[in-house]
Amino acid sequence: MLEISNLTATAGEKDILKGINLTVNAGEVHAIMGPNGSGKSTLAQVLAGHPSYEVTGGTVHFEGEDLLELEPEERAHKGVFLAFQYPIEIPGVSNAYFLRSAYNAMRVARGGEEVDPMEFLDVMEEKLKIVEMDDAMLARSVNMGFSGGEKKRNEILQMAVLEPKLAILDETDSGLDIDALRVVAEGVNKLRRPDNAAIVVTHYQRLLNYIIPDFVHVLAGGRIIRSGGKELALELEEKGYDWLLQEALA
Amino acid sequence: MSMTHWQAAFAARIARDEPQWLAPMRAAAMTSFNALGFPTTALEDWNYTSLSSIAEVPFTVGASASSTTVADLTPYMINAEWPTIVLLNGSYSPSLSSLDSIPAGMLVMDLAQATREQPALMQQHFGTVATSEHAMTSMNTGLMQDGVFVHVPKHVESETPIHILHVSDAAAAMSAKFPRTLIVAEAFAKATVLESFVGMADVAYFTNHVAEVVVGEHATITHTKIQRESDLATHVSTTEVHQARNSHYVNFSMAMGSKLSRTNVYTVLDGDGGGVTLNGLYLGKGTQHTDHQTRIEHAQPNCFSRELYKGVLDDASHAVFNGKVYVHPIAQKTDGKQSNHTLLLSPDARIDTKPQLEIFADDVRCTHGATVGRMDEAGLFYMKSRGVPAETARRLLTYAFAADVLETIENETVKQALEQLTLERYAGSGNNTAHAAREH
Ligand SMILES: Nc1ncnc2c1ncn2[C@@H]1O[C@H](COP(=O)(O)OP(=O)(O)OP(=O)(O)O)[C@@H](O)[C@H]1O
Ligand SMILES: [Mg+2]
Repeated sequence: MLEISNLTATAGEKDILKGINLTVNAGEVHAIMGPNGSGKSTLAQVLAGHPSYEVTGGTVHFEGEDLLELEPEERAHKGVFLAFQYPIEIPGVSNAYFLRSAYNAMRVARGGEEVDPMEFLDVMEEKLKIVEMDDAMLARSVNMGFSGGEKKRNEILQMAVLEPKLAILDETDSGLDIDALRVVAEGVNKLRRPDNAAIVVTHYQRLLNYIIPDFVHVLAGGRIIRSGGKELALELEEKGYDWLLQEALA
Repeated sequence: MSMTHWQAAFAARIARDEPQWLAPMRAAAMTSFNALGFPTTALEDWNYTSLSSIAEVPFTVGASASSTTVADLTPYMINAEWPTIVLLNGSYSPSLSSLDSIPAGMLVMDLAQATREQPALMQQHFGTVATSEHAMTSMNTGLMQDGVFVHVPKHVESETPIHILHVSDAAAAMSAKFPRTLIVAEAFAKATVLESFVGMADVAYFTNHVAEVVVGEHATITHTKIQRESDLATHVSTTEVHQARNSHYVNFSMAMGSKLSRTNVYTVLDGDGGGVTLNGLYLGKGTQHTDHQTRIEHAQPNCFSRELYKGVLDDASHAVFNGKVYVHPIAQKTDGKQSNHTLLLSPDARIDTKPQLEIFADDVRCTHGATVGRMDEAGLFYMKSRGVPAETARRLLTYAFAADVLETIENETVKQALEQLTLERYAGSGNNTAHAAREH
């Protein structure tokens, strides 16, 4: 589904990604862990097409297509979704309108028809249940004044509405209380299907108790320095990253 | 061409029979205009806006005959049920006006009728509020022809807006008009007046409008102005307000038309406990020049003033906002807040914003703030990452920027009309995003 090879990227003068290789197949969940500042969010943002990052080398193919050639909205239409580590606030645009614009844009791009606000309400009702979110949140401006946890839930709500093929969750678990963590994780699990995949960026093995990964990767210094199964996360929890960094240097 | 052109127009005017109290006022105004001439950028109040381009244009005073019908006006009525008084190319048009539904007790009539039938009220108020020594106000007083008088007697309250529709059609080409509005709200009265300036044809003309508003004790006037003149028009409008004790005046100025426009809104809070709200939205495109000047004079204690002007400027448009707040030494406990926020959509668009607070009392709270920003790239990327096309995202963010000041308009129908006009500017017509953008 997703094939990243030798991807390098910079922001301004700074080299951040220094040769990423990663293959994600349909049905798989990949966890990416790693120290602060190692380039995890950069990788996620590059996949979504953020204009602040310049890809300086390597390739990314999504279902056989050159992803890097596409505009951010086209990537979304193909089924790539990024849950932001820091969701953006948009004053003046209601969450409901934002969601419906996105939903309709997606339908039209995929050859369908727009739904009217009434029909969309029906869609929303079901999706709100998945993330256990109050519909009062729909009338508010996108993410404005949302608590940290509410913003993260809102990301998952968007994901539920857009039903992506590849979901990239950038620290969606950070800042969540135990109950919210369970809700978010269950939300993600409910949306799991054999024909979609997820990349979950996290610092905590705790999340991986709920969302069981097929692979765990450690990203450090802009490279994936170790990949393993879900037990790697447990090992990291216990020992930290130092031993890996030492090994990588050795 | 010089001032003699206007002097000749004035001479032609005074031939008409006019009441004894009015004629000298007009003559004095004309003398004053002759002495002052058209404002130039040498004047502090006109630093960024020059009328020199029109000073030399031989506009005729009064337009030729026109064939505009009631049906032609439908798109500009906002609500056909409202009492609507139409000034077509500056002249009162009884046949286009519909004044059957004037709320009980209120008077809404053209100035000529008011001068005939309400001489006492007219003499008491006319020319007593618009007293600023401004060339354009003098010019209006000297050359005005038709106008509108709205009187709201004591304790009369109405929610129904009175719509004053200033229309210019193709016959307005190369003409000048000097419409005048007088609104008098007696004690405890409450009314809403909407003034629209509409250009129906792509022709050049000059509008120089003056509105005087008298707000009595405990009275409330809500006054909304929509300026959508022809893109070739020059529009100058001065609203001057006098507020008595515990009165409220709420003004909204929407400016989206004209090649060059200048809107002045001046109020004097001349009694304890009053309040004023001056809000506005300016939308610039092409090479439009849009200037707003507000002046709030806190002349008595315990009054509040609230001011929020927002603007969206595209292409090579240029806007000016100058907000003056003057607090007299005795105006203790004044509570003033002013903000001006502009979104620049193009590198060639420009805003000159100038808050001007002069505070001579010590126990006051006055704040002001101005921001100038560009499209929020983070918000744009966020929307695009959700599949929203770039153009839609831009439009939505632009609309959202403007929408919160429109949100302050109390009358739902007026608010929706202005939301629709804003959307059409950024979305092309036929799009009904306005309600949706705030849907629940
Ligand atoms: N737009 C940018 N301009 C300059 N430097 C940037 C930019 N974005 C990221 N960086 C830098 O690149 C490095 C990687 O940042 P990134 O956000 O990808 O880290 P991360 O692995 O997600 O960290 P965390 O675990 O703290 O979220 C950091 O040193 C960061 O400061
Ligand atoms: Mg990060």
